[in-house]
Amino acid sequence: MARILTIKDALNEALHQAMEANDRIILFGEDIAGGAGRDEAYPPAADAWGGPFGVTKGLLPRFGRRRVIDTAIAETGFIGASIGAALAGLRPVSEIMYVDFIGTSFDQLLNEAAKLRYVYGGKVSVPIVVRTVTGAGFRAAAEHSQTLYSIYTHVPGLKVVAPAFPDDAKGLLLEAIDDPDPVIFMEHKRLYMVTGEVPEEPYRIPFGQARICRPGRDVTIVGIQKMVHTALDAAEQLATEGIEAEVIDPRTYSPLDTATILESVARTHRLVIVDESHPRCSLATDISALVAERGFHDLHAPIRMVTAPHAPVPFSPVLEDAYVPQPTVVVSAVQGLLSQSDDARARLSKS
Amino acid sequence: MDELDEVTLAGLWRTMARIRRFDERVSELAAADAIPGYAHTYSGEEAVASGVIPLLREDDWLTSTYRNHGHSIARGVPLAALASELHGRADGVCGGKGGSMHAVDQSLRMIGGMGIVAGGLPVAAGAAFGSAFLGGDQVAVAFFGDGAVHEGAWHEALDFAAMFRAPVLFVCENNLYAETTAVDYHLRTHSVAEMAGPYGIPAVTVDGMDLFAVRTATQGALGPMRDGTGPFLLEAMTYRYGGQYEGDTQTYKPPSETEYWRSRDPLQSFRRTVTSAGRMTDAQLDDIDARVQAEVDAAFHKAEQAPWPDLSALTSDVYASYQEEARQPWPAS
Repeated sequence: MARILTIKDALNEALHQAMEANDRIILFGEDIAGGAGRDEAYPPAADAWGGPFGVTKGLLPRFGRRRVIDTAIAETGFIGASIGAALAGLRPVSEIMYVDFIGTSFDQLLNEAAKLRYVYGGKVSVPIVVRTVTGAGFRAAAEHSQTLYSIYTHVPGLKVVAPAFPDDAKGLLLEAIDDPDPVIFMEHKRLYMVTGEVPEEPYRIPFGQARICRPGRDVTIVGIQKMVHTALDAAEQLATEGIEAEVIDPRTYSPLDTATILESVARTHRLVIVDESHPRCSLATDISALVAERGFHDLHAPIRMVTAPHAPVPFSPVLEDAYVPQPTVVVSAVQGLLSQSDDARARLSKS
Repeated sequence: MDELDEVTLAGLWRTMARIRRFDERVSELAAADAIPGYAHTYSGEEAVASGVIPLLREDDWLTSTYRNHGHSIARGVPLAALASELHGRADGVCGGKGGSMHAVDQSLRMIGGMGIVAGGLPVAAGAAFGSAFLGGDQVAVAFFGDGAVHEGAWHEALDFAAMFRAPVLFVCENNLYAETTAVDYHLRTHSVAEMAGPYGIPAVTVDGMDLFAVRTATQGALGPMRDGTGPFLLEAMTYRYGGQYEGDTQTYKPPSETEYWRSRDPLQSFRRTVTSAGRMTDAQLDDIDARVQAEVDAAFHKAEQAPWPDLSALTSDVYASYQEEARQPWPAS
């Protein structure tokens, strides 16, 4: 039966169900429960946070400190330990509180988790999930607001998942936990309270299958995580002008569902990619390259990327609001594309 | 205290009062949702910044953390510039780009209010190394919390400083909590000071609620450091009155613990010490406090009226050279 849940609660339910079903799943992270070291003498301390956004709330009372493990602030330590624990037969689901903090653990992900299987001839796999929080919009400045999707997507051996809807959040997290490879599971802090229907029973959504969030014939808009919602808002506005945009959420960036994107562009002949990351070496450039290489002849206009600027995330509300791509910018990008392709057709018909 | 003149005593009191009243206002504004973003207040820990920072020279270096208001105030960042930064205004100390977590002044040799735990320690070690390399006798002070001691950066910074005898004063503000996690859970040694030993770094633990104890220990460390004895670690036992951030409900703190530490309040402790010794009167202290309160009111009033940054600030300051070429990878089509 489906209920209306937030992404936060859908993730929490997925963790509950996975841990219920498999007692080898353990959680590592900083204050994923909270109150460690006080709760024996002072019980109200237990589960004080449930993680900074409450995603892991309630797991401590249900599964205990043996499986819901508050670590020290030592990301190299517990991410590396996740790898070893996975090799020993556990299924660690670890939390990096903000994706910005990945730097302190990155060697273990980049050089160990991602490479153990390949370097040692396929004899092992590393079934870990690293949950982490992305995104601007909390006035949290440059070191607590990044997205960094492409940093992980760039690395062979890591899978990258970034849901934008509650049902995807649950189904993809359950798939990630069952997957034999290291999965970076990215949760956008501004999407936690987005609601939608979520089936109660456990289910899995396969990786590498994009979601067509809205069908349309005039332009394809690929949104990256929160930007899927920005694209949908833009599509609503465009519809009032009679422009039908198709909005695609790739859902997983590694593997990437290239077929759905190429098929869509073959029908709409125009592509806009909306990405909250910096413009260089991003998912926007990656998808642009894909379509330029394999869908070039389908295009009636140049590909457009709507991204954040090539700058760190600023603190000031006025600057941060200008930093994050807004629906109006997407609308103008689409309008620009359509007028360009009209011009191109006019030129072609003259020649 | 005995060796301090009246002006110095009044200055130290004023520093603690400015930190306390400033962050009290931040807490009020955060509770009313009247200030953007995350704020990490320093209330309860005033004696540490006020015990250490006034002893530094203008050319010494500091690194701070996301809990930096106290360090910035003790270093002399004008309250209005700090208040404006917290409000994201153009006349903020970082032009509104950093906010509360990064509200330090580079021109006062505050290298950073690092948002990443332990991020400042290696940088402080490098600043100390660099100054010594250039023939100076500056020191660098790196503030950090008890939670930071688990990070690789913490260990590697101590190791670097020890190996190259870099004059770094590592100052631990041990406020008993790494976010919500109690120090007696996350630390298996008896103290943070004990952790410096294996690196060959001398260390002491002092009462961080007692400004004079912090000041005396800092003086004892800084003298030899300027003569080239290498790094030192000072652990100040203190208490964070607020949560990890403003809005944290702090259900992990037993009320008896909070009461105990509040009974050892650093401002009250200072007041008792100087009045019972007959060095300052309650009236003198209250007068300074009242003027500080007016200064805080004025600072926030000014900040709330201050202009927002121009949108051009979004992409300025990313690079020091090739700024135009680098900021727009390709012009918008």
